Amino acid sequence: MNCKSVIREISDYIDGELDLAVKQEIERHLAHCEECKMVVDQTRMTVEIFCDSKPVELPGEVKSRLHEALRRKLQEKSN
Amino acid sequence: MLCATFVQSKAMTWPLAGTFKPLSTPNPHRLPSTVARDDEHLLVAAAKRGDAQAFEELVNRYEAKIFRLTMNITRNREDAEDAMQDAFLKSYSHLKDFQEDSRFYTWLVRIAANEALMRLRKRRPNQFSLDEPVQGEDDLMPRELEDWGPSPEQRFAQTEMHEILSEVIDKLEPAFRVVFVLRDVEELSTEETSKVLGISVPAVKSRLLRARLKLRERLNRYFRQGGTN
Repeated sequence: MNCKSVIREISDYIDGELDLAVKQEIERHLAHCEECKMVVDQTRMTVEIFCDSKPVELPGEVKSRLHEALRRKLQEKSN
Repeated sequence: MLCATFVQSKAMTWPLAGTFKPLSTPNPHRLPSTVARDDEHLLVAAAKRGDAQAFEELVNRYEAKIFRLTMNITRNREDAEDAMQDAFLKSYSHLKDFQEDSRFYTWLVRIAANEALMRLRKRRPNQFSLDEPVQGEDDLMPRELEDWGPSPEQRFAQTEMHEILSEVIDKLEPAFRVVFVLRDVEELSTEETSKVLGISVPAVKSRLLRARLKLRERLNRYFRQGGTN
């Protein structure tokens, strides 16, 4: 397996969605290719950083407008 | 020899050994989501019976996450707010149709994503198409590769990190961005993402791969050791 093939499989590799044979081939390549190993590690880190990012608090005025619209809807439904 | 073709020579000047986690086994990043708390189904059941407070509790619980989602898709604050509001109002109107075969939050994400996509298409009718085939594989090969150190995000304050993530995702082409947001930020499955976007599973995978690689490359400008943007 060459670098191009490894890069093509990175997503499925970090998601653990590859067949065992392909996974082992990738790992054999990573054992001697520092550059691909770095791309794999940094791509995984990228996903983790976004996945772990906390949403910022809803801005006060956005929250007020949302809850006002919601109250109108709830009232409309109860009438 | 191919390895050398996709990196700039800087890569070789940084220490490589012992910097990253070992890769003996792939580590799926997906951990059980903490979004849906155990009592979600109780709140949904109460809201279905007409308990307005229960529905408001669901809104309070998810409003920030849904706003992040609509903001990430539209990249326009007004559209994001409208999409979020309509998503909550529609979910309330159609609550009786929610079959509870998935989590309420996942169902809400689908509604919100569709609301946001509708607005994105309206605002960028000629710039956003999920149907366009992705180019060949030449664009996949990383161009910039430098050491990040073990926890690059810890070198930044939380607000600074938010700005960095917002900036790099903003620059991603919409067709890649929406796939990345649904899969990696909202943690929908590939199949769920394919259903929400109306594209095939291979198309989701291909766009996700490109999105992840492009984001890695953009983050490299911030995370490289000793580097500045």
